[in-house]
Amino acid sequence: MLGAVESAGSFAMFVAQVVFSIRHGFRWSTMGPLLVEIGFKSIGVVLFTGCFIGMVLAVQAHMQLAAYGAATRLGQMVNLSVIRELGPVLAATMLAGRVGGSISAEIATMRMSEQIDALSCLGVSPIRYLAVPRFLACLILVPVLTVFANFMGIVGGWLVATKIHGIDSYHYWQHASQSVDPWDHIMGITKALFFGGSIGLISCHVGLNASGGARGVGIAATRAFVISFLTIMMMDFFLGLFFSRITPFMSQIMGGSQ
Amino acid sequence: MSSGTIQALDGPATMKLEGVGIYLGQSQVLRGIDLDIQAGQTLVVIGESGCGKSVFLKLLIGLLQPTEGRVLFQDQDLKLLSEKRLMRLRLKYGYLFQSGALFDSLTVEENVAFPMKQQGIVSEETMRQRVAECLEDVGLPLSLWTRMPSDLSGGQRKRVGLARALVMQPAVMLYDEPTTGLDPIMTGVINDLILKVARSRPVTSIVVTHELRTLATVADRVIMLRPLARLESWESQVAFEGTPEALRKCPNPIVQAFLGGHSVAESAHPLPPIPDSAHVATPRGIQP
Repeated sequence: MLGAVESAGSFAMFVAQVVFSIRHGFRWSTMGPLLVEIGFKSIGVVLFTGCFIGMVLAVQAHMQLAAYGAATRLGQMVNLSVIRELGPVLAATMLAGRVGGSISAEIATMRMSEQIDALSCLGVSPIRYLAVPRFLACLILVPVLTVFANFMGIVGGWLVATKIHGIDSYHYWQHASQSVDPWDHIMGITKALFFGGSIGLISCHVGLNASGGARGVGIAATRAFVISFLTIMMMDFFLGLFFSRITPFMSQIMGGSQ
Repeated sequence: MSSGTIQALDGPATMKLEGVGIYLGQSQVLRGIDLDIQAGQTLVVIGESGCGKSVFLKLLIGLLQPTEGRVLFQDQDLKLLSEKRLMRLRLKYGYLFQSGALFDSLTVEENVAFPMKQQGIVSEETMRQRVAECLEDVGLPLSLWTRMPSDLSGGQRKRVGLARALVMQPAVMLYDEPTTGLDPIMTGVINDLILKVARSRPVTSIVVTHELRTLATVADRVIMLRPLARLESWESQVAFEGTPEALRKCPNPIVQAFLGGHSVAESAHPLPPIPDSAHVATPRGIQP
């Protein structure tokens, strides 16, 4: 219990230091290579995941809807599920594994090989030099990659619906477009923003506090993924609850069909 | 002196430890260390593994803060400095890590230029010039300058680490086991480099080692620490403090056991003359 409180306190201090460092003299030039590493190199895996989310969802949902004679509404179900929920959550989960694990292992290796101490000895803050750019890259890129995952999810759902289940493409898109409004996109992207920020912060914090040689690096990578994943699930629940309260009001304002 | 301001410094710095002790987790690593390090002096810290030699170095640069007592750099208490001021003060130090601690993703040249680039205080031209000077000083061939650290041998990595430590023209150089893991020839090369730095630059040097050859080559003064786990609460952690010559003559059985029957004078390098102020410590404490 005491350990958990100590970890929470240490993480809170770390978050405060990251925020402070962004406001005081952060160098944007350090972001370039990270945008490529975290963003560009993750596009393939995110597109692949997104496509299969849509396809699996279409297969499962079709069985339910067809029983009620509402198979043409498949687009509505697939697109809403992908945009609001599955796109952000599964894209973030993939990135927690691919990016979070890699960030944590890299920083943990730097910790073990005294490179973090070397940074401090050279008058460079490890938080400013290592954590801030990685946090910002995750914060910016996870929502962008979620948009890609959503797009491919929608395409995957459409492919299964029209090519396998033989649903008319016109009806598929008609129901789909009537049911999704801008607020659904905002909800999904807002979730992705929170997920991205947490992946960046958790991975850097775990890496910076790693210990125990080569085994410690492996533990740090696993730990970063597990904590990020659990955090994503918890955040998804609480954000979902929050959005469910304000959605009727927001949809009305934005002129949606809900 | 105000603890909030950092002195401008052109020459070597003095360092002082007053009753310094530190706990790491539940265990105490250092206890009651009092030490004056004179400007321009080369102090060698020896002792068995686990006696807190590396912790001692980290206290000197403020990477760790003492649980008790204080560490003074030019009469400034490191504990009282804000993180920002401490970061700035660290630019007056050079630190050669045991592993070299080079940044994996940067080339040799980029590693050496790193501190200057991060501080942004010199022009590109001056930076290139100073990097070249430092790499030439440590004798690293031009063909290696564009290599990545993973392509270098242990000795080459230590040289690059030394060049990076020297590039900001430090007032204090800290060496953490600089010859560990090196062959005898490379050990000699690194020892000569430490000596060359100490003689050619206005710098105070503190070398942590358990190599008697390093001790014989570079030391003006020696301090020997003992692991606290083997001491009673009333025993001093400092087993010896004085010159290398006094160390050789020290009757303390603990010191002799550490020297392992090999006289420091038997080393390839001659010892410096014996100054007047050497004092010998017994297990019960330092005595004049």
